[in-house]
Amino acid sequence: MSVPFILLDHVGMTYVAGSGPVEALREISFGVGRGEFVALVGPSGCGKSTLLRIVAGLRPATEGTVSVGGERVRGPLASVGMVFQAPVLLKWRRLLENVLLPAELAGLSRADYVARAQDLLRLTGLADFAAKFPGELSGGMQQRASLCRALLLDPPLLLMDEPFGALDAMTRDEMNLELLRVWGEGNRERKTILFVTHSIPEAVFLADRVVVMTPRPGRVARIFPIPLPRPRTVETRATAEFGRCSLQVYEALQVRQTTREPA
Amino acid sequence: MRVPNRLRRNLPSIVLFLALLILWQVAVSAFRMREYILPSPLAVFRAIVSFEIPWFVHLWVTTAEIVGGFLLAGAVGVVLGIAIAWSAVLAKALVPFLVFVNTLPKVAVAPLFLLWLGYGIFPNILIAALIGFFPVVINTAVGLTQVDEELLDLGRVFGAPKWKVFVKIRIPNGLPYILSALKITATAVVVGAIVGEFVASQSGLGNVIVTTQTNLNTPVAFAALVWISVIGLSVYGAVALAARWLAPWADTSG
Repeated sequence: MSVPFILLDHVGMTYVAGSGPVEALREISFGVGRGEFVALVGPSGCGKSTLLRIVAGLRPATEGTVSVGGERVRGPLASVGMVFQAPVLLKWRRLLENVLLPAELAGLSRADYVARAQDLLRLTGLADFAAKFPGELSGGMQQRASLCRALLLDPPLLLMDEPFGALDAMTRDEMNLELLRVWGEGNRERKTILFVTHSIPEAVFLADRVVVMTPRPGRVARIFPIPLPRPRTVETRATAEFGRCSLQVYEALQVRQTTREPA
Repeated sequence: MRVPNRLRRNLPSIVLFLALLILWQVAVSAFRMREYILPSPLAVFRAIVSFEIPWFVHLWVTTAEIVGGFLLAGAVGVVLGIAIAWSAVLAKALVPFLVFVNTLPKVAVAPLFLLWLGYGIFPNILIAALIGFFPVVINTAVGLTQVDEELLDLGRVFGAPKWKVFVKIRIPNGLPYILSALKITATAVVVGAIVGEFVASQSGLGNVIVTTQTNLNTPVAFAALVWISVIGLSVYGAVALAARWLAPWADTSG
């Protein structure tokens, strides 16, 4: 692999809270290749979401550097799509208008993106709901719309912060398959995805590699390649290999939690 | 017979209202109440429809004060709220001052307005606006600030300028807050206008009430009260309708 698309080099983050400085992240170094799907798992409060915001350029790291596409990140990146745990759609806009929001915020011509927004809604099975308000849709549908919004400007990088964490287990599995389909598993031009999750099966099912993080301060504990063949299907979850990978990740998380250094 | 839903929903309050009216009427005749102490509902009704009092003139004056005060309070309140949400420095400068203004008893300020501006509609509009503007300021500022952090992140990712984030995200987000403050304002400005008329006026429904104190024409005072509540309810109803039309996604009732 040449220079990775995303490169984190000794990234650390300490912020000042009321009771003094809190070290959220320490010595994070890893790379993500172009078109790679990397999942970040770790216990609550290990700074996964903070790390995602640092990559997006929304918060500056206090140590180390981040570069995306060979350029050092110094401010918010225009070339990312973000999906959050909550759909955060604008309640007063119909679905199509919500999907078009990034074009408006970026000062682009809205009209140029209407067709693409409609395509994305069709791709995610929302074509019939384009004229609905978010409040009229289920949580899963809202999250799909939020994915469409993230994809509108066709960013090369998607940052997803526990996007399906609030959904029920069945909807979540469905959304996992759908995400892989939208990502285009067979496609050579596919997007780079950094995906934060609490769920080990979700991380293993989706990712090319799983980065396991330690409790605060978050460090990289292990990085596991997931050699499951693509395209992944419902059956993938039933394979021995899937079980083996999940167990590895599970054990890495457990070990870290029991052999934590004394505070 | 099919009773319309609306009527059925409001039936208990209509029945209670009619029952109280009847009780009132019966009590007044039974205890031979003198009219200047407590007039009967029929006497009040006669006063409402009588031409002895030029109701239209008074209605016009008081309505102008109430609507004017409401519009002024709304406009000033929204502008100040936006200013507070726009800049931390403006917020630090404005908020203590506004809290101070709001703690002043407006009734006590009214004579000053008379001194400065003389008789007329305008000083009373100012008093009404002064009583009604504060909730609009606070709710506007709150509604503009209570935005999901993630939405603001989106604005930053796409490099949207501050004004665009205000226009596309913060202001629509704040609209339900502003509208529910305007409902409070709609009732506050009625108080303000009447207070202003009590202190100094040559016409208006508040003036009618003050005048009846000297000639003991109590039925007319009651009639003026009825007219005041008609204006108040209309303004409130108009705001509630506007809220439903402007922010159909939000529940601003209450």
